[in-house]
Amino acid sequence: MAPRGENLIRARVRAPVAWLFIGAFFAVAAAFMVAPTAMLAVQSIYGDDGFTFAFIASLGDYRYRVAFENSLILSIASATVGMIAGGLIAHAVLRPGAPTWLRSAVTSFSAVAANFAGVPLAFAFIATLGSLGLLTTMLKNLGIDLYAAGFSLYSIPGLTLVYSYFQIPLMIIIITPAIQALRPAWREAADNLGASPGQYWRMVGLPVLAPSLLAGWILLFGSAFSAYATAYALTSGNIGLVTTEISNVLSGNVMEEPGTGAALSVGMIVVMVGVLLISTRLGRRAARWTPRR
Amino acid sequence: MTFDRRDLLKTGLGLAGAGLASASGLRGALAADGPALPASLIAAAKKEGQINVIGLPPDWANWGATITRFQALYGVKLDSANPDASSAEELQAIRSLKSQQRAPDVVDVGPSFALIGAKDKLLQPYKVATWKDIPDDVKSADGLWYGDYFGVESFAVNVGVAKTVPQTWADLKKPAYKGMIALNGNPLGASAAFGAVFAAALANGGSYDNIEPGVEFFGELAKLGNLNPSVATPASLIAGQTPVVINWDYLSLGYKKQAEGKADIQVLVPTGATPYGNFYCQGISAYAPHPANAKLWMEYVYSDEGQLAFLGGFAHPIRFNAMVAAGKIPDAVLKTLPPADAYKGVKFATQDQAAKAQKVVADMWPRVVKI
Repeated sequence: MAPRGENLIRARVRAPVAWLFIGAFFAVAAAFMVAPTAMLAVQSIYGDDGFTFAFIASLGDYRYRVAFENSLILSIASATVGMIAGGLIAHAVLRPGAPTWLRSAVTSFSAVAANFAGVPLAFAFIATLGSLGLLTTMLKNLGIDLYAAGFSLYSIPGLTLVYSYFQIPLMIIIITPAIQALRPAWREAADNLGASPGQYWRMVGLPVLAPSLLAGWILLFGSAFSAYATAYALTSGNIGLVTTEISNVLSGNVMEEPGTGAALSVGMIVVMVGVLLISTRLGRRAARWTPRR
Repeated sequence: MTFDRRDLLKTGLGLAGAGLASASGLRGALAADGPALPASLIAAAKKEGQINVIGLPPDWANWGATITRFQALYGVKLDSANPDASSAEELQAIRSLKSQQRAPDVVDVGPSFALIGAKDKLLQPYKVATWKDIPDDVKSADGLWYGDYFGVESFAVNVGVAKTVPQTWADLKKPAYKGMIALNGNPLGASAAFGAVFAAALANGGSYDNIEPGVEFFGELAKLGNLNPSVATPASLIAGQTPVVINWDYLSLGYKKQAEGKADIQVLVPTGATPYGNFYCQGISAYAPHPANAKLWMEYVYSDEGQLAFLGGFAHPIRFNAMVAAGKIPDAVLKTLPPADAYKGVKFATQDQAAKAQKVVADMWPRVVKI
């Protein structure tokens, strides 16, 4: 054991080093998060003629109301689908006795698919399931007319389907470590005490997984809420989302209204903060069951 | 509103090669010593020895060929700065380089930016010899800026999928085009899509002051299921996912060229309606370090030869109608384009009209066009 004095010296040396890194973190956070947010807030209430609420008020316009509504529905729907399907798939491939090749195949595929988004993804779906897509046409020749039956790729359910393509793999990646942390001993103990599989999941498995599932859901929600290129390529903004509306007023070739763009962005930040607050609340409740490590 | 210069660059079209190839008909029209321009102006320009241009992509509107030819003809050094500059960046270059020798002599900007340039006193007046051929609605009366080339809304049709080619706007409502008609984006984000709404308005009882019938027309297409809401790209047109695309003619013609050997694409300007056009403007910088060269450049670009060059890049020269009337455009060139008659009535919206129409589209589109 080192003499007491030496430990003290080491601690004194370490503190400034630690602060150096913490300081760097704060500097980065200030430069790339706090400052832009503040600038957005200012931009959303300052027009050519000084202070104005016009931009914020314009969020009440029909087109922007619809955009927020669509964004919320799409994000909640695709995050929920992604969480449930991703969780189930991860559980299925991780359960004892599942072939290891399947596990590595699913993990590798997920890593690729979770990053497959944007215009290529939209085009892949249009070419398969679009109104003139390969699968659509094939089914039509077999007498099944998807679009006459009410399906449309260019709708909120259609977009949810497309988003699921990257949401589910993303969930698999996020939830895998949490599922792996479920100890076999708990399952065995539950079995020995006569619990049915349903009881095990309801009373042990899900409560333990809840914080991870919730965290995953938030991440999925955020990734859908901020997505842009896929939805735009699919619907040309005819299913208006907040992100596509921002792009119209900021980077389009037709109009330029930076104030409105800033107001829309502030609106998005408010939504994200709201979702995070709710989830922290829920997370605190759920975390009661998390084993202390 | 401006030409979709960025859109084109994004698609990575190799227009340079395509443009030059289709310009083969143009070569015969080139006189060895260039257009007849005042000898005194040429002498003054040669004495200055240099010209600075900005924002002229070599693969856009055939600028590459024009630049090469100008240098060869007059033996001056041509400095082409930032070819992909936006209109805003071009004006900024005038402002910030004012007193320097490398400041731009001439700029090529969208009409809304030409107006800003005039208002901010960044441009100087000069009227080219062919001034009277330039339509009144695309030039400032004092000669501060004037349109150099234009495009109109066209249909690009993949004949392999859409068996019959629609000829009019009304044709688009036919059941045969279910799920086939697409725009290149949202009318509030992509200028060609906005132009398509304006063009549809002109064809359906609207006017430059009334774009509403255009929005209603697309609302009807959506209701009929004919409007395909996905964003049309050259790939989706050629692959047949969006077989009928409403877009600027110069882009459509570029896609047709690109599709050669892969798909049969036909390009036409719909008949029975006033074509809706869009143009770009040239102007001389108020601070031009080489004023004689700037004037010579303008004279060359607006000469018969300079104007014909635009057609090699699928853009229509601003003097197109006057030149067709005077028989100055070779038949070999005309054959590569939609019929010249379709361009006769072309008119352009003023900036005020465009701004008013944007507000109408912003308000009406999400209510009326439901997919």
